[in-house]
Amino acid sequence: MKMDRLSHPAKIALFIMFGVLLFAVAAYASGAATDGSAVQNAVAGAGHDVADAAVQLGKDTGVAWWVWPLVLLFFCFVLGIIAVLAGVGGGVLYVPLVSGFFPFHLDFVRGAGLMVALAGALAAGPGLLKRNFASLRLALPVALIASSCAILGAFLGMALPTNVVQLFLGITIMGIAILLLCSKNTAHPVVTKADALGMALGMNGAYNDPATGELVQWKTHRTLPGLLMFIIIGIMAGMFGLGAGWANVPVLNLMMGAPLKVAVGTSKFLLSITDTSAAWVYLNKGCVIPLMAIPSIIGLMLGSFVGVRLLAKAKPTFIRYMVIGVLLFAGGKALLKGLGI
Amino acid sequence: MSDIIHTGKASPEQVTYANMLFYGCWGGLGLMAVTYLLYVFGIITPHIPLSQVPLMWSEPVGTYLQLGKVPTGWGWSVLILKGDFINFLGIVLLAGMTIVCYIPLIPVFLKRKEFVFAALALAEIIVLLFAASGIVGGGAH
Repeated sequence: MKMDRLSHPAKIALFIMFGVLLFAVAAYASGAATDGSAVQNAVAGAGHDVADAAVQLGKDTGVAWWVWPLVLLFFCFVLGIIAVLAGVGGGVLYVPLVSGFFPFHLDFVRGAGLMVALAGALAAGPGLLKRNFASLRLALPVALIASSCAILGAFLGMALPTNVVQLFLGITIMGIAILLLCSKNTAHPVVTKADALGMALGMNGAYNDPATGELVQWKTHRTLPGLLMFIIIGIMAGMFGLGAGWANVPVLNLMMGAPLKVAVGTSKFLLSITDTSAAWVYLNKGCVIPLMAIPSIIGLMLGSFVGVRLLAKAKPTFIRYMVIGVLLFAGGKALLKGLGI
Repeated sequence: MSDIIHTGKASPEQVTYANMLFYGCWGGLGLMAVTYLLYVFGIITPHIPLSQVPLMWSEPVGTYLQLGKVPTGWGWSVLILKGDFINFLGIVLLAGMTIVCYIPLIPVFLKRKEFVFAALALAEIIVLLFAASGIVGGGAH
C-alpha cells in the first residue's frame, strides 16, 4: 500500500481525534450514571469479600470497568507515536499525562510507567546491542550505580507523601522540558584523551555508521563525574517511574563524550536494567494493577512501532516543540496538584 | 583493555545477551497479551472482580492492598490461578530477563581474566535479586 507524505499527519490527527472521542464517551457515561447505583448493583452481584470491602470507598464514576483500559490502550498508542517522533521515552510522557488526566492514583501510574519504560527498553535492547549502538562495556558500570540508586529512589517515592512526590514530579517534568529545549547534543564529541578510569574500565568501542558507512571509534572522558551523575539519575528514575533517557543521553554524550548514537543506544539499553530494579520494588509493593498496566504497555509498544515507521518521513521538529509544551503543561499541573491548588 | 582492536561489530557476549533478551522480551509480551485476554474476557475468574478495580485504582496503594486483600512481595504467587494475578507471569518474565541475561556474562569475563567486569556483573545480579526478593517491603502509603 502506497502512502503519500500528507497522509501521515492526517493519520496522527485522526488518531488523536478518536482518542478525544473515546474520552467523550467515557465522560458521557460518567455523567449518565452518577447516582452510585452501578456500584451497589455490582457489589450486590459479586457476593465476594473484596466486593464488600469496596463499598467502603463509596465512590464510583459510573464508567464501565472496560472503558478506561480501552481509552488507555488508545491513548498510549498515540503517546507511543508521539514519543518516538519527539525523541523522548514513553515513561516521561506517560507518568505526568496519565497521572494528570486519568483517574488512577500516582502510586499505580508510577508502577505502570516503569513497566512501560522497561518493556520499551527491553524490546529495543537486542537491536541496539547487535548493531553496537549500545555498548555493554559502557553500560555495565553505569547500570550498577543507576539500578542500585533506583531501588533507593523507589523506596523514597513510596515513603514520601503523595503531594510531596507530585510536587517534585512537577518540578522534574518542567526541568526535563527545559532540558529538551536547551540541550544541544553533539553527534561526535571531541575526546582527545580517554581518562584513567575510562581506560581502566575499557569504556571505548566502535560502530559502523550506516548513514556514512564509516567506522566510528569512541572513548570516554570525565568518567568519574559522569558515573556520579547516575546516582541522581537512578534515584529520580525510581522515585517518579519516569525512565531516565532524558538524563542518560546528555550525561553520556555531553559529559562523558560518547557519540550521540552510542549515547542514545546505550541509554535505552540502560533503562532495561535501571528500570528493572525499580519495577521490582513497585511490583512487590502492589503498585502494578494489570487491568491498567498491560493496556499501557501494549498501546505504547504498538505506537512506538508505528512511530518508527513514520519517523523516516515525518518532520519531527514541530512534534518535539509540541511535546515540550505538553511537558510544561503537565509538569505545571503536577506542581499545582502537589501544592494542593 | 585499551589494546582491544575494535571492528565495529558487537562482541560475542553482547550478541548472546541480545539474543536472550529478544526471546525473553517477546515471550513475556506475548504471554502478557494472552493472559490479559483470558482475564478481561472473564475466562479465568479474577481475585478482585473487574467491576471493583476502578473503585480502588484511584486510591493509594495501601487502600488497594487492604480492601482488595492483595498480598505484597511474592504473596501474589498463591493467587496465580486467578485471572488478575496470572498476568504477573508475563510481567515477572519481563522484569526477570535482565537477571537471566547477566548470568552468562560472568564466565565469559572470568575466562578473559576481566575480573572487574565479572564482579560488576555479579554485583548487578545481586542488586536485582535483592530488589526482586521483596526483602525490604512495607511502608506503602
